[in-house]
Amino acid sequence: ERETRLKFICDCTAGVMSSTGRSAFFSRTHVNYEIKGDVAVIRMNDPSVNTLSVQMQREMTEVMDEVWGNSAVQSVVLISSKPGSFIAGADLNMIQACTTAEEVTLLSQEGQKMFEKIEKSPKPIVAAINGSCLGGGFEFAIACQYRIATKSKKTVLGCPEVMLGLLPGAGGTQRLPKMLGLPSAFDVVLTGRSIRPDKAKKMGLVHQLVDTLGPGLKSPEERTIEYLEEVAVEAARGLAKKQIPLTKEKGLMQKIQDYVMSYPFVRQQIYNTVQKKVMKQTKGLYPAPLKIIECVKAGLEQGPTAGYLAESQNFGKLAMTPESKALIGLYHGQVTCKKNRFGTPEKEVKALAVLGAGLMGAGIAQVSVDKGIHTILKDTTLEGLSRGEQQVYKGLNDKTKKKSITTFERDSFLSNLTGQLDYNGFNKADMVIEAVFEDLSIKHKVLKEVEAVIPPHCIFATNTSALPIKDIAAVSKRPEKVIGMHYFSPVDKMQLLEIITTDKTSKDTTASAVAVGLKQGKVIIVVGDGPGFYTTRCLAPMLAEAVRVLQEGVDPKKLDSLTTGFGFPVGAATLADEVGIDVAAHVAEDLGKAFGSRFGGGNIEFLKSMVDKGFKGRKSGKGCYIYQPGLKRRDVNTEALEILESYKLTPNAAISSDSDIQYRLVSRFVNEAVLCLQEGILANPVEGDIGAVFGLGFPPCLGGPFRFVDSFGADKLVEKMRKFEEVFGNQFTPCQLLLDHAKDPSKKFHK
Amino acid sequence: MSLSLIRTVLLTAFSFCSAARSLSTSVHLQAQGNVSGVMLTCEKWKMPIPFSQYNSKSKKTLAKPGVKNIVLVDGVRTPFLQSGTTYADLMPHDLARAALQGLLNRTGLPKDAVDYIVYGTVIQEVKTSNVAREAALGAGFSDKTPAHTVTMACISSNQAMTTAVGLIAAGQCDAVVAGGVEFMSDVPIRHSRKMRKTMLSLNKAKTLGARLSLLGSIRLAHLSPELPAVAEFSTAETMGHSADRLAAAFGVSRLEQDEFALRSHTLAKKAQDGGMLSDVISFKVPGRDIVSKDNGIRPATMEQLAKLKPAFIKPHGTVTAANSSFLTDGASAVLIMSEEKALAMGYKPKAYLRDFVYVSQDPKDQLLLGPTYATPKVLEKSGLTLNDIDVFEFHEAFAGQIMANLKAMESDWFAQTYMGRKTKVGAPPMEKFNTWGGSLSLGHPFAATGCRLVTTVAHRLQKEGGQYGLVAACAAGGQGHAMVIEAYPQ
Repeated sequence: ERETRLKFICDCTAGVMSSTGRSAFFSRTHVNYEIKGDVAVIRMNDPSVNTLSVQMQREMTEVMDEVWGNSAVQSVVLISSKPGSFIAGADLNMIQACTTAEEVTLLSQEGQKMFEKIEKSPKPIVAAINGSCLGGGFEFAIACQYRIATKSKKTVLGCPEVMLGLLPGAGGTQRLPKMLGLPSAFDVVLTGRSIRPDKAKKMGLVHQLVDTLGPGLKSPEERTIEYLEEVAVEAARGLAKKQIPLTKEKGLMQKIQDYVMSYPFVRQQIYNTVQKKVMKQTKGLYPAPLKIIECVKAGLEQGPTAGYLAESQNFGKLAMTPESKALIGLYHGQVTCKKNRFGTPEKEVKALAVLGAGLMGAGIAQVSVDKGIHTILKDTTLEGLSRGEQQVYKGLNDKTKKKSITTFERDSFLSNLTGQLDYNGFNKADMVIEAVFEDLSIKHKVLKEVEAVIPPHCIFATNTSALPIKDIAAVSKRPEKVIGMHYFSPVDKMQLLEIITTDKTSKDTTASAVAVGLKQGKVIIVVGDGPGFYTTRCLAPMLAEAVRVLQEGVDPKKLDSLTTGFGFPVGAATLADEVGIDVAAHVAEDLGKAFGSRFGGGNIEFLKSMVDKGFKGRKSGKGCYIYQPGLKRRDVNTEALEILESYKLTPNAAISSDSDIQYRLVSRFVNEAVLCLQEGILANPVEGDIGAVFGLGFPPCLGGPFRFVDSFGADKLVEKMRKFEEVFGNQFTPCQLLLDHAKDPSKKFHK
Repeated sequence: MSLSLIRTVLLTAFSFCSAARSLSTSVHLQAQGNVSGVMLTCEKWKMPIPFSQYNSKSKKTLAKPGVKNIVLVDGVRTPFLQSGTTYADLMPHDLARAALQGLLNRTGLPKDAVDYIVYGTVIQEVKTSNVAREAALGAGFSDKTPAHTVTMACISSNQAMTTAVGLIAAGQCDAVVAGGVEFMSDVPIRHSRKMRKTMLSLNKAKTLGARLSLLGSIRLAHLSPELPAVAEFSTAETMGHSADRLAAAFGVSRLEQDEFALRSHTLAKKAQDGGMLSDVISFKVPGRDIVSKDNGIRPATMEQLAKLKPAFIKPHGTVTAANSSFLTDGASAVLIMSEEKALAMGYKPKAYLRDFVYVSQDPKDQLLLGPTYATPKVLEKSGLTLNDIDVFEFHEAFAGQIMANLKAMESDWFAQTYMGRKTKVGAPPMEKFNTWGGSLSLGHPFAATGCRLVTTVAHRLQKEGGQYGLVAACAAGGQGHAMVIEAYPQ
C-alpha cells in the first residue's frame, strides 16, 4: 500500500506533500527522480539532448547525494526520458570552451571522480539504456553495477572519442580492459565503433536486453521506455536483495584469457602489436590512439592511480591538439551538412527514375530503394540492366549477411525497384537522375527524351563529375528544373553528395534535390556551377601534379606512401586507378581547356597512352598497378613504367624532397579550394572542408583544406608555393584570397 | 494489504476500466503473497449470467431478402490431445478421417449427399499435401466428391467454413463439409538445404565417379536438420515472443495472464464435467484405447502457475508454458448447408452462419491483434452492436494475447490511433466470454480450432437461449477473422 501511495504522490507533481525532494525537484531541469518503493528511479531529461553538460553533472551529483542519503532507498535505476538517447556523450562545447590542457584535465578528473562514486555506490545502480549511449554516457553506464539495454535500432553503445581525436576521459580507458579483457577493450576504444545491443550482450557490456514494444495503450516509444524502467526496477530490487549476482561466472575461454593475460610478457606483446597496427593505419598522424594505449598500459601496469592520472592528463593534451580540433570541426560540419538550408520542398519525391544502370546508377538506386523511394532503374541494354539490378541486390544482400537488415527487409526494399528498358512510368516520376556516359551529346539526347515523357513538376538531375550543368541544361525547355547531383563511387559507401545549381535552377528544385540526398543518407554540399564544380576541380590539379611526379621518376608505390603519409586515406596513384585513368584523362583535358595552363603539370598524353594500352585502372585490371581478383597484394604495372620512360622529366632537386612533393600535391589542391570560395563556387569554408574530406579523402586529421590553411598558416603555405612557382609557373600562383589570409594572420576561415 | 483491496483491484482490471493500466508491478508483487484472495475472485467468473432478451436487439434477424440462408447443421471434433500422447503414431489424415466419419455418424448424412469438402491444415504432411482428399477417400466419402485443402494459419478451418459458405451462396453447392486438422506429434523435419541439393544432384549424376564425388562433398554440417518453428517467416520472431511483447505493450501483468489461464482451465473443466462439450466424438485409436475426452485441461492453483519461469523472454517475460496454448493434435468437421436443403433433408439446423470478415495488420508488432480489428468490422457489417452479442468465442492463443486484445478493444486511444475509428468498440463482458474454456485449456490444433469455435457458439446459444454469437481469432502473419452466428429458432 505504501508503494502505491508513494507512486501516486510522485505522479501528482503538483505535490501536496512536503517532501525534502520537492523544492529541488522543481528547480532541477535536467535530472529528476522518483522513489518507487525501495528503488530510486533517476530520470535524465536535458531540454535539448542528454549530454554530460555542467548542468547535468551538477544536478546528477545533487540527486545522487540525496539518493545515497535516503535510507529508504536500496537500489537505483538510471534512465533517460528521451526516446532516442540515453546520454549522447560529453558536452563538446564544454571541452571547446577550455583554452588550456589543464582546464580540460580538470573536467576529466571531475568526471572520473563522479563515476568513481557511482562505481563504489553501496546501493546497486542499474543503467537502463534506450537510444545512443556514447562517449561520456557510455562511461557513465559502465561505471554502474548493472546494465539493461533495449533492442531498439537506435540503441548503440561505444566510445567514439577517438574519432574526435580524444580519448574516453572519464574512466573508460581504465574500466573497459577490466570488463572486456585487453584485446576487446582495445578494439572498442581504438576503433570507436558503435556496438549494437545484441553484440554488447555477447561481449558482456550489457547484462540484460529488453525488446522494443509495438502499439499498445500508449505510443510505442513511450511504452518501451516505461517497460524498460519496469524491468530495470525489478532488476534493481533483485540486485539489492542479492537475488541477481553482480559478478558473472566466467566462461572457460575467459578464464584461459585471464590466465594468459596475467603474464606481463603477454601484455607487453599485445601493447606492441596494437601499437604497430595503429602506426600502420594512422602513419602516426593521429595522436589519440597512441595516447589511449598509453593510458590503458599505465592503468594495468602501474595501478589505477597512475592510470586515471594518465587518462585525465592525456585527455587534456589531446583536446588541445590541432588534430582533435580538426576532427571536431568535421563533426560539426557534418552535422551542418545534414540539414537542408533550402527549406522543405513543395513536393516530396516519392517516385524516382534513374537512367543508366552502371556502377553509379545502380548505386543511386540502391540507396534510394532502401529508404522507401519507388525507383525505376532504366538502361538501354538487358545486359546492363541485369548487371545493375544484381548490384542493387548484392548491396542489400550483403547487409543481411552483416545482419544490419533482415531478408524480409531486403525483399521489401527490392520491391521498390523496377528495372526496365523503356520510359514506361516516367510520367509519374517526381525526379529523374541520369547517370549515363559522360558525354555532352549523349546527355543532351537523354535530357530531351526524358523531358518529352516526364510531368511538369519533375526534376531532372544530372550525375556528372565535370561537365558544367548549364551546358547540359542548354537544351532544356525548363532549365529551372535542372540540377547537378554529383555522387561519389561507390555510392552506397561514400557519404558525400555534391549538388550543383546553375543561375537558372530554382530554389525549390535545390531544396528537393537536397531532401532526396538527405533521405539517401548523404552529407551534402551545394556548390555553384562551373567546370569541375568544387570537388573535381580541386582533385584535378593534384592529380596533374601526381602525374608530373611520376614522370619525374617517382615510383607509384613511393607516390602512394608520400600521399598517405600526409594523411590521405588513399594514395594518389591508387586514387587515379580507382577513379579510372580514362576518366582522369578526360577530366584533365576538359578542365585544361577551361582553366588553361594553371591545370597543367603532368603530361595528358601519358594518360592517353595508358588508356590506349587498356590500362584504365582497377576496372580494367591494370593501371598504375596490376589488379587480380582475389589477390590483395598489388604489383606495380611495369608496362606502365615503360610508358612513363618516354615521358620522363628531370626532377629539380631544389623542390623534390619528400616533403616538397607532398606540399606540391597538397598546395595545388588547397589553392584551388580557396579559389573556389573566392569565386563563389563554394558557399562557405565548412562545405569546402566537408566536400574535400568526405568526397576526396583530404586528410581528416587536417580537417579539410580551409582548416589546414588556418592551422598551417596561410603565409607559410604561400611561401612554399612561391618557391614552387619559381620553377613551375602559374600552377603554383596563390589565389588572391589565400594571399589576403597570408598578409593578415588574424584572418581565419574558421572562427 | 487487505483481501478486499486485491479483489477490488482485480475486478477493476477485468472490467477494463482505464484504471486497469495502473495495475502496476507493485500490485502484482503484493498479490502474489495472497493466493487465496485470487482464487476467490476466480470463483466469481465461473458463473454465467443470464442473457438479455431478444426484443432488445438492434435487429430481429440477420436474414436478408434475396440472400440465401446458410446453416450449420452440426459440428464435431476429435478429442484434442496434447501432441505426443495417444495420437502419437497416427498421420494427419487419420485424425481428419475420424472427424469426418464422426460427422457422418452424428448427422446420419448419406455420403453421396455431400457436394464438396474443404479442409484446413497448417503444418503440412508432405505425403498428403491435399489432406482433404486423402481424408475424404479414407473416410468413405464418394470418390465423386471433390475436396481441397486450405491454409491460413490458426484460422484455416474458418477459411474452410467461409469457403463453403461462398460455394453455397454462389449457388454452386448445397451441402459442404468443412473442417481442419493439425497433427503436431509428427512434423516434417528436413535435411539442410545443402544436403537436399546434394541429394537431388545425386539423382542426376550418371557415372559412379560423379556420384562418389558428390557423396564426398557431404560435410558434417550438411547433416544438421531443419526444424519447423512456430515463427513468422517475415520477422523470424516466434509467436510466444511476440505475444510476450504484445502483453508488455498493453501492460498486461503476469498475474492477469495466469488468472486468465486459470479461468480458462477452470471453465473448461466445468464444461467437460457438465457434459457441455457435446461436439467431442469418441475415437478408437488403432492399437490404443478409445479416446473420448480432451486431455489438456488441468486447473492448477495460482501458486503453481506463479512458479513457472517465462518461456520466451528471459528473465523478465510474462508468457509461460501455463498461460500459453499447448501443442495439440486434433481435427474438427462441420456440415454446412443451404437452409432449404437442410430442411428438405429433414435436418434441424443449429445456427445460421452470417457475416464474416478477414483482417490483416503488421505481422511484427500487431501479430495477434486480429480480434481487435475484426470484431468492430464484422459488427458494423451486420448492423449489430457489442451489446447484441450473447455469446463470445475468441481463440485463446495466449492469455496475454487475449488480455491485450481486450484492453485494445476497450481503448479509445488505440481505436483512434491505429484503427481509424472514432471510438472504441468495447471489450466483451467476461460473463459471456469463452465460458466453456478455450484454446488455452481445451487445446489448439491450429487448423481445427475455427470449427470448434463456431460449433461451440451454436451449442452455447442453444443451451443458454441467446440469439447472436461472435467468433474471433488471430492468426500468424498478422491476420484475423470474425464471424457472426445467429441461433436457429428452436
